[in-house]
Amino acid sequence: MTTDINTHTISVLVDNESGVLARVIGLFSGRGYNIESLTVAEVDPAEKLSRITLVTSGTPMVIEQIKAQLGRLVPVRRVHDLTVEGPHVSRELALVKVVGTGEKRVEALRIADIFRANVVDSSNESFVFEIVGKTDKLNAFINLMEPLGLVDVARTGAAAIARGSESI
Amino acid sequence: MAQEPMLGAKIVLKALVDQGVDVIFGYPGGAVLPIYDELFQQNHIKHVLVRHEQAAVHAAEGYARSTGKVGVVLVTSGPGATNAVTGLTDAMLDSVPVVCLTGQVPTHLIGTDGFQEADTTGITRQCTKHNYLVKSPNDLARVMHEAFYVASTGRPGPVVIDLPKDVLMTKGEYMPPTRIKHKSYKPQVKGDLKRIEEAVALLANAKKPIIYAGGGVVNSGPAACQLLTNFARMSGFPVTLTLMGLGAYPGNDKQFLGMLGMHGTYEANMAMHDCDVMLCIGARFDDRVTGLLSAFSPNSKKIHIDIDPSSINKNVAVDVAVVGDVAHVIEDMTKVWKSAQIRPDQDALAAWWAQITEWRAVECLKFVQDGDVIKPQYAIQRLYELTKDRETYITTEVGQHQMWAAQHYRFDKPNHWMTSGGLGTMGYGFPSAVGVQMAHPDALVVDISGEASFMMNMQELATAVQYRLPVKIFILNNRYMGMVRQWQELLHGSRYSESYSEALPDFVKLAEAFGAVGMRVEKADQLDDAIRAAIATNGPVLMDICVSQTENCYPMIPSGKPHNEMLLGPVADGEQAIDAEGQILV
Ligand SMILES: Cc1cc2nc3c(=O)[nH]c(=O)nc-3n(C[C@H](O)[C@H](O)[C@H](O)COP(=O)(O)OP(=O)(O)OC[C@H]3O[C@@H](n4cnc5c(N)ncnc54)[C@H](O)[C@@H]3O)c2cc1C
Ligand SMILES: Cc1ncc(C[n+]2csc(CCOP(=O)(O)OP(=O)(O)O)c2C)c(N)n1
Ligand SMILES: [Mg+2]
Repeated sequence: MTTDINTHTISVLVDNESGVLARVIGLFSGRGYNIESLTVAEVDPAEKLSRITLVTSGTPMVIEQIKAQLGRLVPVRRVHDLTVEGPHVSRELALVKVVGTGEKRVEALRIADIFRANVVDSSNESFVFEIVGKTDKLNAFINLMEPLGLVDVARTGAAAIARGSESI
Repeated sequence: MAQEPMLGAKIVLKALVDQGVDVIFGYPGGAVLPIYDELFQQNHIKHVLVRHEQAAVHAAEGYARSTGKVGVVLVTSGPGATNAVTGLTDAMLDSVPVVCLTGQVPTHLIGTDGFQEADTTGITRQCTKHNYLVKSPNDLARVMHEAFYVASTGRPGPVVIDLPKDVLMTKGEYMPPTRIKHKSYKPQVKGDLKRIEEAVALLANAKKPIIYAGGGVVNSGPAACQLLTNFARMSGFPVTLTLMGLGAYPGNDKQFLGMLGMHGTYEANMAMHDCDVMLCIGARFDDRVTGLLSAFSPNSKKIHIDIDPSSINKNVAVDVAVVGDVAHVIEDMTKVWKSAQIRPDQDALAAWWAQITEWRAVECLKFVQDGDVIKPQYAIQRLYELTKDRETYITTEVGQHQMWAAQHYRFDKPNHWMTSGGLGTMGYGFPSAVGVQMAHPDALVVDISGEASFMMNMQELATAVQYRLPVKIFILNNRYMGMVRQWQELLHGSRYSESYSEALPDFVKLAEAFGAVGMRVEKADQLDDAIRAAIATNGPVLMDICVSQTENCYPMIPSGKPHNEMLLGPVADGEQAIDAEGQILV
């Protein structure tokens, strides 16, 4: 097996009971695995199921361990490695606050337009942009806003799902 | 099947009875008084009052490992629960099925820093297989039954149920255990037949095979041990066992190479290093076993049978992995083997055994008992000779004495050897022996102990005396934390920093103060009579066996070294023998 470190997006379907998120996070901190991002929300209120999307990185052996360790948690129903199982879509939302006047303000708006970011709040000196897309796109947008008065960023982390008709 | 609602505490008791529990180990306190009140009013379950909650968990572990059943613990909130944490962690690392009931402050006080409140589910999340906080008496029965199911199936482990006092004192519905189909927890028991065929194909062509089996075989049950034994005899392959696996294969069998690993035998480790096909069954490639990972058995194809997918490819990458229960998988392997009429290369196998015989000739466990001073190895050997013909259970503490016990006591049956392997918890052995004796009142139960370890849970003498448990404590008293001293000799220029057992009590008087019998043995020729006298004594006996203070445990794979670089005896300069990378390892 290689020792290359790769990023993987993993979907975990769990019973939405108290402590389940702490179990998942405790697993990562306790065993020294990386979490690049983690999102969680209930997706099936009737069955009380939540879906966690985890972005993590490691060697193939570590990624296999992470999946096996997740699968071992009692309230975990399913673990899917979207990165290896086939094509998937991954989206993240960011709220980006930019403060400035004059040329910089105009430039920020122009770039937001190119990235199809929406203005969700504005004052005389500031905008809050809402942008949705792949993590890379968000990174690019935020980098461009840096010199234009970027003061605040809030990101959701990636939510991801497999393409095609298969369900988790 | 509607039943009258009943008090939460009653539900707890009823669920225990319906789970077939006959004994629990516990210690009372405010938060669990309702359960103690119910215990008082019934006759089905015997409660053993320990003298420290850690001991309750170890006793439950001893009970569980010696019976294959779930061990049950009952402790109060706050300090009761935190005292149990070491025991729970021990059970987690050694895969022992334990259900631990902890009291909790009433639900409306949770989070207020209430009196004797601790975040028990938070604290025990990483040291249990699963845990529950029960918030309604209507959930109690389901959670209790589920906890037994989770603790005892798949890879066994400890489960905590945190019980707020108001839940215990409110009425709820009881439901009997049903065949549980858990929504998410479904251990895989049957192995994939494709993988099993691949494994057999590898084994069929092996020229230098070895079977490396561990605690998972014991967990799988006596039938699994028998299947393993049959498979080994059928194939003619050599067998080595981990510390946790001792007893899974007959210790006196000619195909048995002894324990492997850091203090394993020369022949077992050399065979592991040189083999061409390794069949790992219910063992987890622990660092005490593999030595230097990058040089671990470099030329072998590896097969791994384990019920826990996370054990596979964790430390060592294997060629064929079979996820499943040992008994099921070996049964299928045997069928495949027989139907394909496999006959391994007999010439190659004979050459391999000839090589093993040469390694055996090194006699790596040899020692010389001369003079009066008792060699610890000799003490174990005599204990073995004088107890092997009766039903004997051995527990140990942690240290040199534990390793000598593993090397020199021979276990022919599973479930007769309880030791703390993964966590290495000093203080495990004596309470564990209490649990074993509760389960097997007529058997001989011996805790092979060190003087330092014994003092970590010696308060349990009161428990042994109270319940008239004839446990024998066999202290190999070298007046040192011997294992620490050995490492200090090897790695730290023999600077014995804090490893001398200063100010030891008079163990004979200590025993007597508790109402037990104490004996001191100072000379080698007194040993046999003393052991016989202890066995004949109908009550707990503490034997203070004064052994050589300088003896070290060999052979040894120094940390950071591969299997084929064992130390067979003392070296002049340990710091030279172990490189910097090895010195940072524990
Ligand atoms: C001072 C000291 C020195 C030590 N030196 C040594 C030494 O020299 N040699 C040595 O071997 N150990 C030694 N140990 C113990 C060591 O730390 C480990 O505890 C031990 O090696 C682990 O044993 P195991 O691999 O059998 O695994 P266990 O911890 O017993 O784990 C069992 C494995 O089997 C699996 N399993 C469980 N149930 C089943 C089932 N029904 N079916 C299939 N699989 C199942 C589990 O998932 C797990 O992977 C030492 C400990 C101490 C304290
Ligand atoms: C609770 C705990 N604390 C510390 C250790 C580290 N440790 C391992 S062996 C040992 C010495 C044990 O001494 P003793 O019980 O006298 O056994 P001996 O090695 O002398 O046979 C110590 C301190 C441990 N394993 N467990
Ligand atoms: Mg000692």
